[in-house]
Amino acid sequence: MSDMGITLNDYLILSTIIFMIGMYGALRRKNLLMLFFSTEIMLNAVNIGMAAISKFHGDLTGQMFAFFIIAIAASEVAIGLGLLVLWYKRNNNINLDSLQSMKG
Amino acid sequence: MESYLYIALFAPLVGSLFATLFSNSPKKLFVGVITSALLIVSLIASITLLMDVYLTETIVHVRMLDWIVIGNVDIPFGFVVDQVSVVMMVVVTIVSAMVHIHSIGYMDHDKSFNRFFAWLSAFVFSMMILVMSDNFAGLFIGWEGVGLCSWGLIGFWYHKEDIKRSKNIEESPYSTLSPYSSKSPSWAANEAFIMNRVADLGMLIGMFLIFWNIGSLQYNEVFSKIGTLDHGLIVAIAAFLFIGAMGKSAQFPFNTWLANAMEGPTPVSALIHAATMVTAGVYLVIRANEIFTVVPEVGYFIASLGAFVALGAASMALVATNMKKIIAFSTLSQLGYMFVAAGLGAYWVALFHLATHAFFKSVLFLGAGNVMHATNDEINIKKMGGLAKHMPQTALIMTIASVALAGIFPLAGFFSKDLILEVAYGSHAYILWTVLWITAGLTAFYSFRLVMYVFHGKENYDHNKVHPHETYPFVIAAMTPLAILAICAGWFEHQFVEMVTKVLPPLDIHVSSLTFYSLIAVTTAIALGGIIFAVVKFKKDGTYYSEQMKDRLCYKILANQYYLPHFWEAAVTKPYAKLSEFSWKELDLKIIDAIVDGIAKGIYGGGEAGTSMQSGNLSKALKWMGIGIFILVILVVAFGNLK
Amino acid sequence: MFEVVAFYLFAFLTIAMFTVTVITKNALYALSSLAAGMIFISAFFFLLGAEFLGAVQIVVYTGAVMALYAFGMMFFDSINDVKESVANPRLTFIMTGIIALLVVAIFVAPIVGANITAQYPVGMAANLYGTIDGNAQDVGVVLFTKYLVPFEVAAVMLLVAMIGGIILAGKKMDISITQLSEQEIDNHKTDTEIAKDIK
Repeated sequence: MSDMGITLNDYLILSTIIFMIGMYGALRRKNLLMLFFSTEIMLNAVNIGMAAISKFHGDLTGQMFAFFIIAIAASEVAIGLGLLVLWYKRNNNINLDSLQSMKG
Repeated sequence: MESYLYIALFAPLVGSLFATLFSNSPKKLFVGVITSALLIVSLIASITLLMDVYLTETIVHVRMLDWIVIGNVDIPFGFVVDQVSVVMMVVVTIVSAMVHIHSIGYMDHDKSFNRFFAWLSAFVFSMMILVMSDNFAGLFIGWEGVGLCSWGLIGFWYHKEDIKRSKNIEESPYSTLSPYSSKSPSWAANEAFIMNRVADLGMLIGMFLIFWNIGSLQYNEVFSKIGTLDHGLIVAIAAFLFIGAMGKSAQFPFNTWLANAMEGPTPVSALIHAATMVTAGVYLVIRANEIFTVVPEVGYFIASLGAFVALGAASMALVATNMKKIIAFSTLSQLGYMFVAAGLGAYWVALFHLATHAFFKSVLFLGAGNVMHATNDEINIKKMGGLAKHMPQTALIMTIASVALAGIFPLAGFFSKDLILEVAYGSHAYILWTVLWITAGLTAFYSFRLVMYVFHGKENYDHNKVHPHETYPFVIAAMTPLAILAICAGWFEHQFVEMVTKVLPPLDIHVSSLTFYSLIAVTTAIALGGIIFAVVKFKKDGTYYSEQMKDRLCYKILANQYYLPHFWEAAVTKPYAKLSEFSWKELDLKIIDAIVDGIAKGIYGGGEAGTSMQSGNLSKALKWMGIGIFILVILVVAFGNLK
Repeated sequence: MFEVVAFYLFAFLTIAMFTVTVITKNALYALSSLAAGMIFISAFFFLLGAEFLGAVQIVVYTGAVMALYAFGMMFFDSINDVKESVANPRLTFIMTGIIALLVVAIFVAPIVGANITAQYPVGMAANLYGTIDGNAQDVGVVLFTKYLVPFEVAAVMLLVAMIGGIILAGKKMDISITQLSEQEIDNHKTDTEIAKDIK
């Protein structure tokens, strides 16, 4: 019993689900690298949403945003990984809790 | 004339404030002198006003300041000097001035000399406000002011410790045979104040009822409109106002504070508990006579209560050996007389007796003060005796005052007291007449019992410790005007009536002259009988009650003041103390403190939990961000206008 | 019908892959499943008629970004799993669940009913230039007219990121080899040799 094609709602629900998965990962993961992965998931989820809205309203603005998001994500990965490498060289581990230098 | 009003009113206040400056300093004689001088100024102003009111029949009415002016409520600080209040003013100022001068001598060895005069003048100021005010609210201010100053004066020697209760009738503070007037000055002061406050609640309710139904507290407005109210309501108002008067004038059941108030210095008793504060209740009834005349049933109750108190107090004075308590009981008894007169509608008679009583009772107390000063603060009359040869002037004055109190012609008491008896007879209140007649006999008896024990007979005091001497001449000079007034005040009855009945209702009693003279004869007979019995028995036996008499139950009951103080302690003081303790331990500590502490602990705990926000831990920060998003999303769903 | 089947298939696969990414303890598994997820997302883009975007997703994300992560992983001691102790996993789970529901509700509600008019309608390239209408052409038209400035700025940003990456990870940056002569290069000691001398 399928609906009459896929509606915008379906895509948005999908986008939300993937976003939540990413958020859950960001909150749960203690490995900094895994944290980056979760960020990527969230960004991708947003991209899906943008593209879906763009298609269903016949407007190209959504796709443009998706492009720029991809560009930004790429540069963020580059810098982030560079910093992460430096941190690893200094501390020899990439545990999130070791980043803490303040006493809570 | 208005300036005289302000001078009479504010001179005592100036004296009080002046003395307050020196309250913590050692004795300074000029403090006493200046306060007494200011009171004499007030006295002169009052007498001037008296002359003016008497001769020109004008009433001086000023509205000094607005006090409460909100919406419909308009209560000013206003003062009126009419015939009734000017009589009160003169009585108060003359007794106060003499008492001030006497105190300079009595308190001359006391280290809180200055503080005494501060309180004393403050008291006079409050009393003046009470009698001169032109509305019930001002009356109430004065009422509370005299209550407060009375507290300060009774508890003047507040550093004295409490005496323990004991079953021994010679030592218990509740018995009239012990050397203690009460548990301690502080205790007596608290008792007086609290009892008065409880009764004042009744007066407040009366005032509220008046204001609620009439819309104003000014005397002239209230009295003109009182007739328009529903009868039951007027009964309620009168009853509640009388409850307030009961507290101040120590009518049963609020009478225990008066005897205990003898813990204070004797000039205090002379001023407050003879002449002024206790008569405030009578003044209230006299001033509000237009309310009471509308509801004669309340008046009859007042009269009956007054007679009951008169007899009861006289009976308690029969066996007492505490000198000041005897005089206090006689005050109580005479207050009963005044209320009988006021209750039966003879308001000017009550006022007249108030004035004459003030003179002879205050001088009686002042004389007692002299005796105590001479015998090293001895208060048991059985330990005195034969003082007449050492203190002749005091003996003479006290004897004059006792004769006046007994009501013998031609002294002042005769005119006022016999008039009350005549009023009772003429109103066909024969039971009241009988009660008062018996009381007159008892009064004469115990007054002279006191005089005999103190001034005549064997010298029972310890000759090594006590060297009785007459007091300073200026003190005797201060007492003399009062003694003279005790003699001759009654001779001005005619002028008094003429003046006062301009505002008070005249007497509506008709007795034939035969009845009139036979009443006088009968009353004089019992008074003389009392005196003669007292004198003769003393000369014969040296004592009045045999030892068997002293073991009898009726003796014990009288000596313990009908066990009324014990009753109050068991019924009110102890349960209330338990209630207070319960409230403190259970309600205050466990509930209120717990809530306040709980709030503080909650805030601390919240703070401690929130420190993880600042820990620098990225994971925790992300979690906090998640929580924030959570809250924001909920808010958006709840309050955002989503279609 | 094929669309429906494809949608659900890819949706299921994507969610599965990403769930593996966030749950697994092994870093390599996470990396691989992330890459797989990216590919499946590009499938979505194709389904939505954004072909250009789908191609870019595969090239940039799956190709470049994933490769970058893979190289980065080499630096880290990824055999050992990082101990992850979460204070309150249940709270996290519930919180995210509720947020998910609410966000869905938010999304579903307005967009369904709103009248949105398209500013840059699909197919405008055909209208403008009369060429074949396709997604790439439409994207090109919009990107180089309306979004020209963001495009250039993005280019600068990428340049900055590249330089930053080089500086963060680079060594021996104080001398410039291209400007030295042959002699000086030979004479110049490497860092490791200097280190050996010190010892």
